[in-house]
Amino acid sequence: MAADPPVDTQVALPGTKGAFGRLWSGTARSLALLRTTRSGMAGLILLVFFVLVAIFAPWIALQDPSSATSFSRDVMAPPSLHPLHPLGTDETGRDIFSLLVYGTRISLTVGVAAALVSAVIGGFVGIIAGFSGGLLDNVLTAIDDWFLVIPFLPLAIVLVSLLEQRAADWPGGKLGIIIIVIGITGWAGTSRIIRSQVLSTKERTFVERSRALGAGTPWVLRKQILPNVLPLIFANTVLIIAISILSESTLSFLGLGDLSKPSWGTMLDTANESGAVAQGSWWYFVPPGLCICLLVMAFTMIGYAIEELINPRLRERR
Amino acid sequence: MRVVLSKVLFAIGTLLFVLVFNFFLFRIAGDPIKDLIRGNPRLSEAGRERLIKERGLREGYLTQFRIYVSQTLHGNLGVSFQTNQPVSTMIRKAMPNTLILVGTSTILAVIIGTWLGIYAAANRGSPGDTGVVQSSLFFYAMPDFWAGMLLIWFFAVLLGLFPTGQKSEPGADFSTLGYTWNVTQHAVLPILTLTIGIVGQWVVIMRSALSDTLREDFVTTSRAVGLPHHRVLQHATRNAILPVVALTAINLGFIVSGATVVETLFSWPGMGLLTYNAILNKDYPLLQGVFLVASAAVILANLAADLAYTYLDPRVRR
Repeated sequence: MAADPPVDTQVALPGTKGAFGRLWSGTARSLALLRTTRSGMAGLILLVFFVLVAIFAPWIALQDPSSATSFSRDVMAPPSLHPLHPLGTDETGRDIFSLLVYGTRISLTVGVAAALVSAVIGGFVGIIAGFSGGLLDNVLTAIDDWFLVIPFLPLAIVLVSLLEQRAADWPGGKLGIIIIVIGITGWAGTSRIIRSQVLSTKERTFVERSRALGAGTPWVLRKQILPNVLPLIFANTVLIIAISILSESTLSFLGLGDLSKPSWGTMLDTANESGAVAQGSWWYFVPPGLCICLLVMAFTMIGYAIEELINPRLRERR
Repeated sequence: MRVVLSKVLFAIGTLLFVLVFNFFLFRIAGDPIKDLIRGNPRLSEAGRERLIKERGLREGYLTQFRIYVSQTLHGNLGVSFQTNQPVSTMIRKAMPNTLILVGTSTILAVIIGTWLGIYAAANRGSPGDTGVVQSSLFFYAMPDFWAGMLLIWFFAVLLGLFPTGQKSEPGADFSTLGYTWNVTQHAVLPILTLTIGIVGQWVVIMRSALSDTLREDFVTTSRAVGLPHHRVLQHATRNAILPVVALTAINLGFIVSGATVVETLFSWPGMGLLTYNAILNKDYPLLQGVFLVASAAVILANLAADLAYTYLDPRVRR
C-alpha cells in the first residue's frame, strides 16, 4: 500500500474545543497579536477608555441626565467652576459633561448591538448561500445585491419613521428600532464576504476528506466551516460597529433619536436646534462630535489590524 | 453583449423590486387612511370618506397596487400631506438645488482625492503619505454634519465670511447677477462640508490601485529602460484609474440622497431638506416619493458603473 499523500492535516484537525472555544482562543490570540501593530494598539487603548467611561458613567458624571433634578434654570451657560459645569449647560439647564459621559453608553451600545444584528444576519445568509449553492444561493445573492444597491440613509429614515409609531410595542423602544433598522440595512457586505470564504473553504481537501469518511452536513458546518469563517465575521463586525455608530449619529441628528436617552448624535441635534453654533458655544457641539470621531477611529483601526492578522497580504496594500 | 444585457435586466429587476417594496412598506408598516385623516384635520366625516375613496384607499391591495404602479409610471407620486402639492412637483423644485451642491462637491472630491491618492502612492511610506492616510481616516470617522457645524462656527460665526445657512438672503431684492453671487456665497460652506465628507474615498481607492499597479512588471520594465519618474507615474496612473471611474459613477447615484444631513444643517432647500421636513411632519407620500427617486438614482448609477467597467476593462467582458 502506498504511503498517505501529504494532506494539510494541520488545518484539518477537527477541534477538541468546539467552534466557540476556538473563537475565544482565536480572539485572545488576536488581541495578543494586536499589540504588534501600532495603530491597532492605539485603537484598543481608545476603545478601553470609552468602555470604562460607559461602565463607570454614574461615578464619573456629575448628575444623571435622565433624572428630573438634573434640569435647571441655568440654561446654555458657558463652562464654569461654581457651580461645577466643566462643559457648561444645555438648553434645559443640564450639565453637558454628564450628558457626554452617559451618551457614551448609548452610542456604544447602539453601535455594537446594531453591528451584532448585521453580523448574525450577514453570517447566516453568507454561510447558507455559500454552502448550499444552486437555487437558494442565487436567490440569497439576489437579495444581497439588492440590499447593497438601495441607498442606506433613505431606507433607514423610511423604516425608522414608519416603525416609530409602534415604538411602544418594541423591546428597547426607539433605540431598539434604531438598532434593528441599522442592523437589517447593513448586513449585505458581511454576507458577501462570508459567502466567498465559505465557497473556498468548502473546496478544501479536509472538507472533502471528512465527507468521504461520512461526515454529515451539520458536522462539517459546525466543525470545519464555522471555525474558518468566524475570525472573518469578527473582523468585519468590528468594522461595521464603526459604521453603525456613524449611522446612529446621523439618524439621531435628523431627529429620529430617543430624546430621553441622548446619544452623542442626539446631543449634536439638540445643540444645533438650540442655536449653539450661532452663539459660538463650542463646549456644547465640539465634544460630542470629537467623541464620535475617536470611537469610530478606534473601531476602524482595530478592525483593520485584525483583518491584517487574518490576511497578512493586506499589510502590503495598506 | 450578454454581460451588458444581464446587467440591464438586473437593474430593471431591482427597480421593480423597489416599486413593490415601496408600496407594501408604506401600506403594511404604516396606515395611509389614518395619515390622510391626520393630514386633513378640518374635513367633515363625509369629506374624509370622499377623500379616502378618491385616493382609492378603500379598494383591495391588488387594485391599489395596480393604481399605484400606473400612477408612478406616469410620474404621479401622490400628494403631500403637508403642502397638498403633488410630490413630483416638490421633488422637481428641490432637485436642481441638490444637484448643484452634490455635483460641485463630487467634482472637487474627484480632483482633490485623485491627486492626493497619486501623491500618496508615489511617495509610499513617506511622512506625506502617512499624513494623507491618517487624515483620510479621520475625515472618514467624522460625521459630516459635525464637520459642517465646525465650518459654520469658524467661517460664518467667528470670521463672518459666509452666511450660516439657506440658499439666498431672504427678502432681499436682487438683480440676476447679484442673486447668483448671493447663492454662490451661501453654497460655499455646504459644498466644502460635502467635499470633506467624501474626498477620502477617492484618496484611498486611488492610492491602493496605483500602489498595486506600481508593483507590476511593466512599471519595472519602464523604469529599467530609463523612463523618467513622472512618465512612469503617468503610465501607471492610466492603468490604475478604473476603480476611480467606478467609484465616481457609483457616487453619482448618491447625488440625490447624499446631502440629506448637510442640507438639513444648512437649511438648503434640496432633496435632503425635503426628506427632513417629511420626517418631521410624518408626510409619508413625500417620504415615499423621495425614497423611490433616491433608489432609482443609485440603481441607475450602479448600472452605469458596471457598464463603464465592461467598456473600459476588456478582462471583465470575458
